[in-house]
Amino acid sequence: MALLEVNNLEVSFGLRQGAVKALRNVSFTVERGERVGIVGESGAGKSVAAFSILNLISRPGEITDGEILFEGQNLATLSDKQMRSIRGNRIAMIFQDPMMTLNPVLTLGQQMVECLQAHRKISTADARAIAIEKLRQVQIPSPETRIDQYPHELSGGMRQRIIIAIALLLDPVLIIADEPTTALDVTIQAEIMELLLNLCDSNNVGLILITHDLGVVSQITQKAIVMYAGRIIEQGPTKEIINDAQHPYTQGLINALPQQTVPGQRLNQIPGSMPSLQAIPSGCAFNPRCDFVMDECKTRLPEFTRSGGCSVACHMVRAMKQNPETVQPVDSSEEVK
Amino acid sequence: MIAFVIRRLIQAMIVMFVISLLSFSIQDNLGDPLRELVGQSVSEQERQELRDELGLNDPFLTQYLRFAGKALQGDLGTSYFFKEPALDVILKKLPATLELVFGATLIIVCLSVPLGVYSAINPRSLLSKTVMGLSIVGISIPVFLTAIMLIYLFAVELAWLPSYGRGETVPVYGSWETGFFTVDGLLHLLLPCVSLASIMLPLFIRLIRAEMMEVLESEYIKFAKAKGLPLKRIYFLHALKNTMLPVITVGGVQIGTMVAYTILTETVFQWPGMGFLFLEAVNRVDTPLIVAYLIVVGAIFVITNTLVDLIYGLVNPTVKLAGGKS
Amino acid sequence: MSSDVLAPAAAPSRWQRFKDSQLVHSFSRDKLAMVSFTIFVLYLLAALLAPLIAPYNPYDPSAIDIMDSEIPPAWQEEADERFALGTDAQGRDMLSTMLYGTRISLMIGICAVMLQMFLGVMIGLTAGYFGGRIDSFLMRLADIQLSFSTMMVAIVVLAVFQAAFGAELYADLAIFMLILVIGIAEWPQYARTVRASVLAEKHKEYVDAARVMGFKSSRIMWRHILPNTLSPILVISTVQVANAIISEASLSFLGLGMPVSQPSLGSLISSGFEYIFSGSWWITVIPGIVLVVLVLVMNLLGDWLRDVLNPKLYKG
Repeated sequence: MALLEVNNLEVSFGLRQGAVKALRNVSFTVERGERVGIVGESGAGKSVAAFSILNLISRPGEITDGEILFEGQNLATLSDKQMRSIRGNRIAMIFQDPMMTLNPVLTLGQQMVECLQAHRKISTADARAIAIEKLRQVQIPSPETRIDQYPHELSGGMRQRIIIAIALLLDPVLIIADEPTTALDVTIQAEIMELLLNLCDSNNVGLILITHDLGVVSQITQKAIVMYAGRIIEQGPTKEIINDAQHPYTQGLINALPQQTVPGQRLNQIPGSMPSLQAIPSGCAFNPRCDFVMDECKTRLPEFTRSGGCSVACHMVRAMKQNPETVQPVDSSEEVK
Repeated sequence: MIAFVIRRLIQAMIVMFVISLLSFSIQDNLGDPLRELVGQSVSEQERQELRDELGLNDPFLTQYLRFAGKALQGDLGTSYFFKEPALDVILKKLPATLELVFGATLIIVCLSVPLGVYSAINPRSLLSKTVMGLSIVGISIPVFLTAIMLIYLFAVELAWLPSYGRGETVPVYGSWETGFFTVDGLLHLLLPCVSLASIMLPLFIRLIRAEMMEVLESEYIKFAKAKGLPLKRIYFLHALKNTMLPVITVGGVQIGTMVAYTILTETVFQWPGMGFLFLEAVNRVDTPLIVAYLIVVGAIFVITNTLVDLIYGLVNPTVKLAGGKS
Repeated sequence: MSSDVLAPAAAPSRWQRFKDSQLVHSFSRDKLAMVSFTIFVLYLLAALLAPLIAPYNPYDPSAIDIMDSEIPPAWQEEADERFALGTDAQGRDMLSTMLYGTRISLMIGICAVMLQMFLGVMIGLTAGYFGGRIDSFLMRLADIQLSFSTMMVAIVVLAVFQAAFGAELYADLAIFMLILVIGIAEWPQYARTVRASVLAEKHKEYVDAARVMGFKSSRIMWRHILPNTLSPILVISTVQVANAIISEASLSFLGLGMPVSQPSLGSLISSGFEYIFSGSWWITVIPGIVLVVLVLVMNLLGDWLRDVLNPKLYKG
């Protein structure tokens, strides 16, 4: 049994103008110790997906359909109290901006000890000892004195290490990291990512990494999920996706990576921008920006097609699989410049 | 921390200096001390001699320094009407006024925090909507009108509560008497304190609610939820502590404002406090008393503001030792 | 603006834009805002037309008969059909006196806020645009001014002036003194908000562009930056007029405001206070209700505007 199995998840935001579906038909699995990357532009719904697993979507968002099976329990139907015993305990989260994530008026120690005490019957002294141990694991120098400091006395990179330490406090089986390095200096990003990778690896912790950076996904994860306008459009083993992306959107993302560009040349951007959730085009949501658009793309939603280890939601890919002769797309993205 | 305290103290001293300068100019221009001393039956020449003798013809600066020097020793002149040192007259009335402010503050703190927090946590509940609706009505009623309505209702129509004076008081220390320890004193305090609180209470409820709602939207609250903390701890430790920081600052200023409103409440309830005395002094053109009131009230303002800043510095860990915000 | 004169064709589109704006849209859906606005307009009309619609002239001593004093309103026993809302202690018709009183209260409120706005906008623009020492000095001044409550400053200043001028002369000057004092005491509200907007706008491209094109700084401020501060100013102003009316009423109640011969709502309430114990409640209660409803609808409108326009207001 998979550690986490998300089936047909749908999340809606009830706005005054009517409900807006931020996530539709999202299904994926995470195995024990597996690292999964969710990629997409901002607004693709990847953060909503991450937060909905812990039922932490802010109002007026709510899960309107689907199930989230974690260790055999459906998280979507748990009571608040049951949910609380999972948050921070079995599943931990790491947030995007370490400058905003820690409470400015409480010491690091208070914020760590309270987390332990919320889930275990443990004395403050023992909790403190565990906290210091975890701080050491995330390579905070002199944790015994740091623990009594306030967040504003630490740099952003340090704070993100603290947050990782908090995530590890109760030895969770799954960590959800929402763009954990976006807000940090470039030089620190790699350090934090490596730290996260090593800690997950050595403790056999599953990781869901939300990011817009395919480069990070290729270094860290074993499985990649690409999202566009609230839906998954392609998922499969990271290696396959990076080396042989099927969906035109994924190809576009890979071509947009700086290392794919000849020095001196402009970055290969995907033309246009992602539609707002209130105005998703009919058919395949990517069709207005797609170079390979066919008539079918504008009217009918593509279903998933197997292609190697991946599954892809694209009419063109399906057509090519069924009958490679009929479709002759402009092959390889090199001509698309 | 020491640098922060020193900076605040210097600022407080500058403000007190400005207040003393203003007070002095008032004293210099308002009323005629000679007439109070000798009446009108003195010839012009004798008047001039007396003016010289009293130093009233000295340059402004000399006169101000003399005034400030005396003021520092607690000598703010003699009240024309009471024929007593003005400062003593004022200070005798101080306890009555502080008692009002204290009672009103008590009401405000006890009600605004729970109501503000509740309506921030449950913005859609009926109680929150009622509280918010009533609070905007409350803001729209002037203090003196609330006071009059309370008197009309509870003193005139129902005759449950007394409408004027302090009632029975017991001495605490020196001339300090309080109504807090007698039933009669408390009954007399009730209406004035409620009217004084009536204008600030809605302001504080709305302020606490707005701040708390903003805090509840913050990332660190979301993170606290993601840690699986009990809601009680999230609301009353994580959120409330951050909510109260700005509220403390505003609150400090509002305590000063409340001293101003005591003038209104004291007038309506004929409460024998400083404000009531001040208005009497104005009507009698009792300049030394007016000046003494200004200096005492100015000092109250400066002291509360400085204290609040210091408390804020102590409570807020991000206020650095140098006094700047990080 | 000169562009309006030059291009009259633009006028309908501007009206159309106003009609389609979020403000109007939200207004047409918010019953409370509509009711408040209607009441406010009625107040304005009553204030403007007071001399025309009032049955009596409360300022004319010959029209007042002391024998008519303390007549209760029409629905009470012992009422007099000449006076729908009764008479006050001097025998003036309450309805007429209140119409004139509303006129005075509103006038003082609006004029005082205009003065606040003028001072605050000038100081805020100066502080925000020039920055540096000027900015820190002006904002420090604003801090100190705000730390002393308006009421306190107003009471002290007016009391001193009253003592200096004597009550007779003061009564004649009261209306100007009230406007001046309330107007001067509250400028920091505007100054801080305008300054914050200026700081936010100052580094935007269009301002840079205007500067590069060689416009003078005064022109940049008036034509480019100021229009962006309009919505916070509108929100503040609504609430400030309400506050000014309360301040005026409170000062008049203390005897530092409008004289009884030319009463505002506040002095009317004040004059009725001593008769409340003898049962003549209407002299106090009716103008009290008139005052509270006026201030309430303005506060409700201010709240609604803040929700709709959602400007960045300076937080104290």
